[in-house]
Amino acid sequence: MNATPLWASETFWKKTAIWVTAVSFLLLIVLTFDSMAKVSAGSTTRVPAYSVINKKIDYRFNASLNRYTPVVEGDAPLFGKILSDEEAEKLVTLGKKTFQAKNCINCHTVLGNGAYYAPDLTKSWLDPNWVDETNREILMLAFLQDPPGNARSYGTGRRMPDLGITEDEARGLIAFLKWTAAIDTNGFPHNFKTLYAQENP
Amino acid sequence: MSVGVLDSRNLNGGQKLAVKYFTVAMVLFVAQILFGLLAAVQFIAPGFLFETLDFSVNRMLHINAMVVWMLYGFIGAVYWFLEEESGVEVVGLKLGEIAFWVLTAAVGIVVLVYLFLQIGAGDDTTRWLINEGREYIEAPRWADIGIVAVMLVFFYNVAGTFSKGRWSGVSGVLTLDLVALVGLYLAGMFYTTNVTVDYYWWWWVVHLWVEATWEVLVGCIMAWSLMKLLGVRRKIVQTWLYIEVALMFGSGILGLGHHYFWIGTPEYWLSIGGFFSALEPIPLVAMVVHSIYDAGVHKFKSTNHPALGWVIAHTFGNFFGAGVWGFMHTLPQINLYTHGTQWTASHGHLSFFGAYATINIAFFYLAVQQWRGNVWMGANLADNGWKWKWSMGLLNLGVVGMTVALLIAGYEQSFIERAVEGSTWSGYFAAQTHPWFTEAMFWRLIMGIVTAAGLALLIWDLATIGAGETRPALVIERHEEPGVKAAVVQTA
Repeated sequence: MNATPLWASETFWKKTAIWVTAVSFLLLIVLTFDSMAKVSAGSTTRVPAYSVINKKIDYRFNASLNRYTPVVEGDAPLFGKILSDEEAEKLVTLGKKTFQAKNCINCHTVLGNGAYYAPDLTKSWLDPNWVDETNREILMLAFLQDPPGNARSYGTGRRMPDLGITEDEARGLIAFLKWTAAIDTNGFPHNFKTLYAQENP
Repeated sequence: MSVGVLDSRNLNGGQKLAVKYFTVAMVLFVAQILFGLLAAVQFIAPGFLFETLDFSVNRMLHINAMVVWMLYGFIGAVYWFLEEESGVEVVGLKLGEIAFWVLTAAVGIVVLVYLFLQIGAGDDTTRWLINEGREYIEAPRWADIGIVAVMLVFFYNVAGTFSKGRWSGVSGVLTLDLVALVGLYLAGMFYTTNVTVDYYWWWWVVHLWVEATWEVLVGCIMAWSLMKLLGVRRKIVQTWLYIEVALMFGSGILGLGHHYFWIGTPEYWLSIGGFFSALEPIPLVAMVVHSIYDAGVHKFKSTNHPALGWVIAHTFGNFFGAGVWGFMHTLPQINLYTHGTQWTASHGHLSFFGAYATINIAFFYLAVQQWRGNVWMGANLADNGWKWKWSMGLLNLGVVGMTVALLIAGYEQSFIERAVEGSTWSGYFAAQTHPWFTEAMFWRLIMGIVTAAGLALLIWDLATIGAGETRPALVIERHEEPGVKAAVVQTA
């Protein structure tokens, strides 16, 4: 007597498992190809070219999307010098490698991923904490090379340790963070207003 | 065979290797709790160990120790049942033994480098030799290559043994899952400057491990445990396992999209990730139904009470920690506010403990029972089994307590930092200094200490349970259907 209905049959579920897994994975592969094409640096406005560090970056409210989107306009060379595409990529690469080598991600987040002991760095370049753009680069350079000496813990008592960051590495980190600030993150973090917006709300 | 004392003659070849993995897993479990406590103290007293053992180092060791002890537990569990499930001795056991020592030496070196070198210059050497600096997979590249090599040896042991002996539904799913597990690790082994592309592939490793392949792996371990502990019929267990694989991969593979909401990837991930990740709890509901129903049908008569207790803790922990806590903040409409806050830490604590630590602890009890000569571990244990009951109570209370404390901190951050203050640095610090946050961090530390007390008791219990016991383990008859090959029922 074999009265096992289909829904209780081992073979039926085995086949289902195989098909569901295969189809899901196939869809993921297709979506991955599409996403990769859209997020390589400079291919669309989602992830900018590294030379965006030569430009002024700001965010404006986009009424149709109902969120803030990045706006790249006018020259604003980092450390006063316009860089070629290759030079810009080299500087951002030094910054990204330093970001990894100093284990930044185990206190900070970037794009919201990481640890929650220190602030998110996605839009740190645009944070109103720097007050205005005139002294920003100088303040950032000084802070990264001597974090305890320039500590601003806003009443938490938490300080960034001295990580032995050299001036070159600090410049790289700042370039990396300026480039990161121009990535279109679908409105994350919510309702963030840049230091320019604080000046001209 | 000796009864009541730890004697390796009570174990088969695979089991001898398994107890080595379990021992290192317990050491790493202690390390996880220790560094977690140090990091928890630093939230309250930020000057504690400043520039000696900073939060970044403690937090990295806390999570890395956890990831590695989970893997040690899983690998040990598979070696544990490999011979019984296949019906033959482990193929290439000597190589497996060498792989264990290589892996353990590599883990030891990586930990020493994390502790004493910590960081390096912003170049390729640091990434290859000191620290890769990518969350959860910080191990330097040389260690990555070592890990892959060891995993290949492990895979050879598993696939080789089943090929020589007999295949079953459990072993088939397990073997294919291991292929995916090893393959996915490769997705995390390259450098890119583009942080969006970096995170895209990093999540392939992190998500497709913990929310897909690890879940299926513990599904296999769970399936075997239920047959062992309760004598559940293989056909029932395997049918459920296939259902779970279908649901788990069907929701988990595209559920990956819930990590692609805010990293610069296209907007279609908001819908795909939201929809599929919302389905992720369903297989966990199936798991609750199956194990509780099974335990009830067998009137909780089991060969090993502590192990059954932890299997049930796994069932609920997996459902609440991974399922409910994950679902609560997986839709983009709420995740916009919760992503990157203590919400994630809350979810992380309950899900890793509930889904993975519990099932490993269940296996430690199965191992110690057999190691002492398959002694009695049902009701009426010496001292009424107070140690395993209290350690289980304290560990669960501690982890649930930390989860709730972190959830409160996460709620507060979502409202104050994100919704009210607009996500600036001053908004971040306004949330961090709010009494709701600081009180939550205080309670998290208290509950961390409760967890540590539970762990201390667990170690004491594992070292003593069954010592001097003379009664043999309960024998459970398994009534297989005619024509279905019966698995070996270990009777002593």
